[in-house]
Amino acid sequence: MQQRLIWPAEGHAALPYRIYSDTDIYQRELERIFEGPGWAYVALEAELPEPGDFRVTKIGERSVVITRDQDGTLRGFLNRCAHRGVKLCRQQRGNSRFFVCPYHQWSYDAQGRLRGVPFINGVKQQGGMPEDFSREQHALPSLRIHVRNGVVFASFAADPPPFEDYLGEANLHYFDRVFDGRALTVLGYSRQLIPGNWKLMFENIKDPYHASLLHVFLVTFGLFRADQKSAVRMDGTGRHALLISQRGEARHSEATQDIANLREDFTLADPRLLDPVKEFPDTATVVMQTIWPNLIVQQQSNTLALRQIQPRGPEAFELHWTFFGYADDDAAMTTRRLRQANLMSSAGLVSGDDSEVIKLAQDGIRENVDTTGVLLMGGRGTGDEDHMVTEAAIRAFYKHYREVMEL
Amino acid sequence: MIQPVDATLQHELERLYSRYAQVLDDGPLDAWPDLFTDECLYRVMPRDNHDQGLPLAIIRCESRGMLADRVRAVRETIMHEPRYLRHQISNVLATLDPATGVIESTANYLVVEVLFDELPRMLSVGRYIDRVVRAADGMLRFQEKLCVYDSVLVPNTIVYPI
Ligand SMILES: [Fe+2]
Repeated sequence: MQQRLIWPAEGHAALPYRIYSDTDIYQRELERIFEGPGWAYVALEAELPEPGDFRVTKIGERSVVITRDQDGTLRGFLNRCAHRGVKLCRQQRGNSRFFVCPYHQWSYDAQGRLRGVPFINGVKQQGGMPEDFSREQHALPSLRIHVRNGVVFASFAADPPPFEDYLGEANLHYFDRVFDGRALTVLGYSRQLIPGNWKLMFENIKDPYHASLLHVFLVTFGLFRADQKSAVRMDGTGRHALLISQRGEARHSEATQDIANLREDFTLADPRLLDPVKEFPDTATVVMQTIWPNLIVQQQSNTLALRQIQPRGPEAFELHWTFFGYADDDAAMTTRRLRQANLMSSAGLVSGDDSEVIKLAQDGIRENVDTTGVLLMGGRGTGDEDHMVTEAAIRAFYKHYREVMEL
Repeated sequence: MIQPVDATLQHELERLYSRYAQVLDDGPLDAWPDLFTDECLYRVMPRDNHDQGLPLAIIRCESRGMLADRVRAVRETIMHEPRYLRHQISNVLATLDPATGVIESTANYLVVEVLFDELPRMLSVGRYIDRVVRAADGMLRFQEKLCVYDSVLVPNTIVYPI
């Protein structure tokens, strides 16, 4: 930072634009948020069914390998050789008993233990490692792993908090609503590189106010509207949030009169695109959950997806979508999920609005870094609300963010 | 017996691809669904899904009506920055089954996107895996079009069809 950032006196109701572009703040975010004491999403268990299966992902900007070892236990370690730092796994996924560095062929097992070092005793009595070299001291740095109902989280912390405490009661309840213990089936992936700061993605999902205005497609077809029964729920710290809403009718009302470009005359030529069916025991039709530091759990009608945030410098992030269903879905439900995915992906009829608007936000912020944004919709509070005309969840996020970042 | 298409059919097929690129790049976009049969399947899918046999497509239209709905959403509901696209389609290789009249066709594609305040960029590169039939009016149309993109990481958003 050229000069220390002084947070505006308005507190959580004001956002200094510098937090979206400053490289020092970004470095601190990687250390304290992504590699901090929380639990970061890394994989679904369904992606690693067999011993030896592995997947490569990123927490923050650090590449990590998640594997299932020969005993069936999930493990996580940094994806770099302990010798010279070379990236060990070049494939995104696969099955292997050993990970061999291509440079000097040091090899590690699925628990990250160093098993083989070529020429450890030298060649023809020449060279070799010194007497005091011990393979035990050169294992791959490992991560803590926690699995809840098929979802795999990892932590850099030596002693992370219990996952249930970390999520808090309300967030755990809704997490278990989607991940209820049934076996999951991965339907596929979608990835995009969004030219905006990673926090803009969290802000977007924590903001129900925008959804009833920006997303003309959702509003036109009644999937999300400002007058629908809805709620915003946080955990005790404010870092996680839930947006819960119930589908209404697609017609003009007070809640839509402020929408400049509502398309009342838009009827679908093929209505099979939107054929939602109730599948959860409660009445909610949309639950969007944001889990600090890198996960969005999406249930919009019958599209179920995880969105993993991978920051790429202060001004861009990758968004990795994993679409899934349940192993006991019938063919009609799978088709329904695949059709509704048209709304939510890197080409989404709805999520496209968000990725486009995040780019525009970053463009405007970049040119005006010494300016401050306003977060006053719904007042100045950071607590739960029983409506969606509020930015409370964003304020709650920044309350926690400022504590962690000491800003 | 399935055989490579003859020179006349190859030429007609390449004109279909040229027309496809033209309507997406220069319009009219309304003409895009007309290049498909009424019952059709259009999908845009990252290569990793395709290679693993995973069904998820980022765009999935199961009829000419769904294609028309996509066009309407692009025009009227999706908030997006103005942009130009330019499709390059090459390497059209096709076979014909004379018994059914079905043409199985593959082609390479490259789509360049131009936003007004940035240099042109590659939006998508991949291949088309298509099934083409002769419709009742004598025109060749896509019965199935699968766009498999190698460029798995999408630069921001795909708005217009690939
Ligand atoms: Fe949104």
